[in-house]
Amino acid sequence: MSFETIVESKTRVVKIGPDHPFCVIGERINPTGRKLLAREMAAGDYSRVERDALQQVAKGAHILDVNAGIPLADEPQILADTIKLVQSLVDVPICIDSSIVEALEKGLEACEGRPILNSVTGEDEQMERVLPLVKKYDCAVIGISNDETGISEDPDVRYAVAKKIVERAADYGIPKESILIDPLVMPIGAMRYAGRQVFALVRRLTQELKVNTSCGASNISFGLPQRNPLNAHALTMFMAAGMTSAITNPNHHEIMDGILAGDVMMGNDENCLTWIKEMAPKDAAIKAAKAAARAEARGEAPPEPAAPVRERKRRRRK
Amino acid sequence: MSDEELEDDEIVLSEMDDQEIIELMFEDLYDGYADEIVEETEELLSRGWTPYDTLTKGLVAGMEIVGRDFRDGILFVPEVLMAAKAMKAGMAILRPLLAETGAAKVGTMVIGTVKGDIHDIGKNLVSMMMEGAGFEVIDLGINNSAEEYLAAIEEHKPEILGMSALLTTTMPYMRVVIDSLKSKGIRDDMIVLVGGAPLNEAFAEDIEADAYCRDAAVAVETAKKWMSIKHPH
Repeated sequence: MSFETIVESKTRVVKIGPDHPFCVIGERINPTGRKLLAREMAAGDYSRVERDALQQVAKGAHILDVNAGIPLADEPQILADTIKLVQSLVDVPICIDSSIVEALEKGLEACEGRPILNSVTGEDEQMERVLPLVKKYDCAVIGISNDETGISEDPDVRYAVAKKIVERAADYGIPKESILIDPLVMPIGAMRYAGRQVFALVRRLTQELKVNTSCGASNISFGLPQRNPLNAHALTMFMAAGMTSAITNPNHHEIMDGILAGDVMMGNDENCLTWIKEMAPKDAAIKAAKAAARAEARGEAPPEPAAPVRERKRRRRK
Repeated sequence: MSDEELEDDEIVLSEMDDQEIIELMFEDLYDGYADEIVEETEELLSRGWTPYDTLTKGLVAGMEIVGRDFRDGILFVPEVLMAAKAMKAGMAILRPLLAETGAAKVGTMVIGTVKGDIHDIGKNLVSMMMEGAGFEVIDLGINNSAEEYLAAIEEHKPEILGMSALLTTTMPYMRVVIDSLKSKGIRDDMIVLVGGAPLNEAFAEDIEADAYCRDAAVAVETAKKWMSIKHPH
């Protein structure tokens, strides 16, 4: 069942696939719905972009999505400028995000390595304009499973659209390893079976079409309270169905913890070493706090702080 | 493991003194690096170390650190399994040499999960940790009848019998095994260690086992303690 999509920055390679840890594409550099960020970016102030880039990578994002969709602004130019800036700050690959084809192309020109293009739909006109870019720049692309008729509630119809995108791409000489299909995650608060639709579709995409998948995960919880835990659990269930990447917010620990747990469950965290590395210090901190509280209650001196967790170290041999 | 990045500082085994190699062995056991343990074992042997010293001062001493940190909640099950695997890689080199030189082993253990029970993760952990401590371990696997335990005891004459059960419905079978040891008149030829999630000290006492072992590290400690009573040096 194995297949993988290779995404690259100038210096780093990210492999997406069923046998790799889930790929987190950081969603924060996106002015849509962030009025302040939109105003700042339009005025050439990228300080918030800088912070978002650094923070997301520090929190574990493998790839950063960059979107510059600001109404009435020069989106292609701003997108290119933002990509250049992000590349100068962090070494993760980029996901170039725009609904304007000119902006995608300008973004590709500015981008180093092998980015993801976000996105192409199953609409004929869209495919005719975007797929040649994917071929020309040899990048990966997110294919969204809707077409001229809209977004079907029937997973089988969406599967057919995904298949159409993969086949059309093949006509352009683009291998399906370069395509990530977005099954389209709908708000479950308004659509009772939005979750099941995604599971069914992702299973088929993984097992029959054998392509990688990605999604805007946060959409599932739109209009509901406590969105982060809901998103986190939704993501792990998507992972169980076979999903291999998502555009999400790595700054929320619930989401990142859920993804790490999903990697463990899917057998993609060998020997659970990443889980242990992230979680063991939390256990140790709780233990230390309890010991300190007990000592204080007895009026004793606080216990010695525990030694820091040992880093695994494999050394090169001659 | 292959994806793991290597540290930049290169080391050359042949340029290190014995003590440095032992310390490196402790580290590599702790991190579960089997290939490295093989190299270090071979290096010590090539310097004229006896297989017995290599085992006890290297692998066994290193596994003691692993066992202690597992007991204290610093290391976790996957890490202990990795360490045990690395230890086994070293043992594979030493075992034939030890047999040749006739070096005394620490002791022999027959271990298995009792009849009706197919759980074996904890039991395997005990097996590996006991091997790491220098015991010869005969692992009977899962679902063992009293007859199977008796046959293995007859054949291997162990000082230690270990029984494991994870179910309240299967743990009473331990009493059946102990009773059949008694009726054969061989109960006192060995110590009986029992373990498994639903057990406790009271149960062990009730079925007249010698000790209940909460985890693999405790099992090793208990086994060693009993061996030193049995064969005081």
